[in-house]
Amino acid sequence: MLEFFPFKKTIPFMSWGKLTTTISLVTFLFSVWALWDRGLNLGVDFTGGTLIEVSYPQPADLHAIRSALEKTGLPEISVQNFGTSRDVMIRLPNKGHANASDTSNRVMGALQATDASVELKRVDFVGPQVGKELYDSGALALLVVAFGIMAYLAIRFEWRFAVAGMLANMHDIVIILGVFAFFQWEFTLTVLAGVLAILGYSVNESVVIFDRIRENIRKMRGATIPHIIDDAITRTMSRTIITHGSTQIMVLSMLFFGGEALHNFALALTIGIMFGIYSSVLVASPLLLMFGVKREHFIKPVEKKEEAVV
Amino acid sequence: MNRYPLWKYILIGITLVVAFVFALPNFFGEVPAVQVSPVRTTEKADAALLQQVEAALKTGGLAYHGVELAGNSVKVRLATTDTQIKAKDVLQNALGNRYTVALNLVPASPAWLASVNALPMYLGLDLRGGVHFLLEVDMKAALEKAAVRYQNDFRTELRNDRIRYGRIAREGNTVTVHFSTRDQRDAAAGKLGLAFTDLAFTPEDQAEGFTLTARLRPEAEKRVQEFALQQNITTLRNRVNELGVAEPVIQQQGASRVVVQLPGVQDTAKAKDILGRTATLEVRMVDEQADPVAVSQGQAPFGAEIVPSREGVPIAVKKDVVLTGESITDASPGFDSQSGQAAVHINLDGKGARIFKDITRENVGKRMAILLIEKGVAEAITAPVIREEIGGGRVQITGMESAQEASDVALLLRAGALAAPMQIVEERTVGPSMGAENISKGFHSNIWGFITVVSFMTLYYRVFGLFSSVALAINAFFLVALLSMLQATLTLPGMAAIALTLGMAIDANVLINERVREELRNGATPQAAIHAGYERAWATILDSNLTTLIAGIALFWLGSGPVRGFAVVLCLGILTSMFSAVTVSRAMVNLTYGRQARLAKVSI
Repeated sequence: MLEFFPFKKTIPFMSWGKLTTTISLVTFLFSVWALWDRGLNLGVDFTGGTLIEVSYPQPADLHAIRSALEKTGLPEISVQNFGTSRDVMIRLPNKGHANASDTSNRVMGALQATDASVELKRVDFVGPQVGKELYDSGALALLVVAFGIMAYLAIRFEWRFAVAGMLANMHDIVIILGVFAFFQWEFTLTVLAGVLAILGYSVNESVVIFDRIRENIRKMRGATIPHIIDDAITRTMSRTIITHGSTQIMVLSMLFFGGEALHNFALALTIGIMFGIYSSVLVASPLLLMFGVKREHFIKPVEKKEEAVV
Repeated sequence: MNRYPLWKYILIGITLVVAFVFALPNFFGEVPAVQVSPVRTTEKADAALLQQVEAALKTGGLAYHGVELAGNSVKVRLATTDTQIKAKDVLQNALGNRYTVALNLVPASPAWLASVNALPMYLGLDLRGGVHFLLEVDMKAALEKAAVRYQNDFRTELRNDRIRYGRIAREGNTVTVHFSTRDQRDAAAGKLGLAFTDLAFTPEDQAEGFTLTARLRPEAEKRVQEFALQQNITTLRNRVNELGVAEPVIQQQGASRVVVQLPGVQDTAKAKDILGRTATLEVRMVDEQADPVAVSQGQAPFGAEIVPSREGVPIAVKKDVVLTGESITDASPGFDSQSGQAAVHINLDGKGARIFKDITRENVGKRMAILLIEKGVAEAITAPVIREEIGGGRVQITGMESAQEASDVALLLRAGALAAPMQIVEERTVGPSMGAENISKGFHSNIWGFITVVSFMTLYYRVFGLFSSVALAINAFFLVALLSMLQATLTLPGMAAIALTLGMAIDANVLINERVREELRNGATPQAAIHAGYERAWATILDSNLTTLIAGIALFWLGSGPVRGFAVVLCLGILTSMFSAVTVSRAMVNLTYGRQARLAKVSI
């Protein structure tokens, strides 16, 4: 039998409480600072504006492109390389001209006049109203998912578990957003989808550990609560690493082969998976202790549920 | 204890066969085709058209692989893209401009697959290239337009009823009629109230006279808006047909928006121009009494307004609209037989022809202006003097700058008028090379990740790992089959979701395998361990998948475009993985180990 994690002894995770809480608090505060100080670099999906991606058969001359575009009179044009030296990304905000939907035509016209070999790869134009709507519905989706999962955990377990699980996962989300803000990586609709998927995905880590804690509370009559939690984490460790490992393999595959379009999405998932493991083990469980979970919460004679597992 | 009843194996067998059949069309690729469809949405493609197409191809000497009637179009399969282009020209010449002929790709899968409705996955625009537009209808303008119509109708109605009235003024979408006596006002209120049930009338006594203010009732307002949206969708459909796009999507989104998707369109500028243009035509009389000096200074006389003309001289036209573009049944570009100037020939419907005849008879010697209104700006294309009564509903408009402009104006008029102006509020264009690139990127992210995960699982869990891997492959098959069956749109984020669900699906097998190992460690017999492993893992698998499903459903509900594509695949992937990871892998385990009563060892 090939085993990576043949833990015979229970690892005293809960005794590291002070250290892990400090680490969490520091990364969390750092993320909040990054979000507050730098803010998310929102893509055109949310801010509205025009994004044009073009490619040339030879390395692109950014100077020539810039001066050609300046002649169009469009304001605040940003021109930069994207991926390779032949690919160029051009961004324009919505303001300053009445007919924003026409922008891409004007830009392409100017580029074709300078160099006819230019090839249009992608245009995203989002009007100001639509951008705001996408932003609002994105924020709403985040809330709905958070509360939906919390309600589910509360029904499935108990409110203490629900709150602990949710706090741990919100901590992950804030860290993903914080890292995106710190590095000023572009935050697009696809990245948001990734963040929400992580919210649903990494909470199941907490579910597995919570399941085991509940099972242990019933089985290990003599043990203290910290010991019960330590045991639950240790027994699920192998599954945790392998499961997240295989998901991470798929995500890495996206990061390497998925190109620019999936790059930030894969980055968000990677951060989410890493911190998902950490927070389920070392944030959610200490929180549970803090909320004062007791044996009595589960030894109610009424409830007889089928236990689960790992 | 680890045996499935026969029916379970049969059930699994059937699902596998069905999944295989529906996933199959995705592996055949596509062949070039030419698609012929009628321009007018009211006309249908039928067997006669099919024969016409075949005849045209035969006379053109073009070899083709098959002709079929699909939906409201005829599709011709061809061997190469060269013959595809030739066939397009041949057919367009043979069939004339009543039909659009567009280049397309059709699945190359054999006919029996198509006959059971097994089609390849429906690729989103980011994978096949094309344009996506979101257009917003200006509802305020739609209501104002309705008010203008009522303003004219009131005049006719009151005149017919011989009720004297003063001014009829419009402000926004309310129309106020002024009267000098209360009796006139009350009589008018009675008559108009009966004639226009959609309107709510409020009488008011003011110092300078008596007024009656009309306003659309809320339900009528809603109807006007719905009508405007429907009318615009129809118009867009006609315009898109003129563009010659193979599989356009034109759909309502919300209360005031329309989504237009044009796969494979490369000239986005042209598409945008045709769709975004809100050209309507109005025929109005020129105000002959206007003082030319005042007009040149931009002062409009009462009841008239100033519009620029093509010659650069502003002219005063009356506010009353004689005819609108709605009366136009056909418009074609051409040349004026006398001057050789570019012209547009217009045919009017019965009512329009009658009005036109009356107005030209009554106004011989006066000038009539033909206005082209684009994005709320009116411009007089031409303002000819009426020489004689024009009957029969055939009108010629000159004043176009070039033959190209004449043909553009004709296209716009033929495609119908928009009930209200529209604006593009979102555009997403993906170039054709980018689409192919995205497919290959999405595919590679999946395949390399899959190979790595499967190798690891087999190494780590041996035979059970192999079962898990096979179950994972079957899961991928199920997902592809389900997406093909539902014809859900697959986007690049959707392909990412396939990768992600495959990564997450293995979780169920890890849970099971770990549990089996644990039972073995605790001294259970292999058979008991397998049984307990599967039974007990189920609750956790359900739990962990449900939380992700909650996220997926919220994303589907609140997301748009690419996010929705992601959400659909995520939700479907979770459902298929629960089946394949638990039931299918269990069937393999049962088949292998279940029959051995004294099983001493399992490979896990």
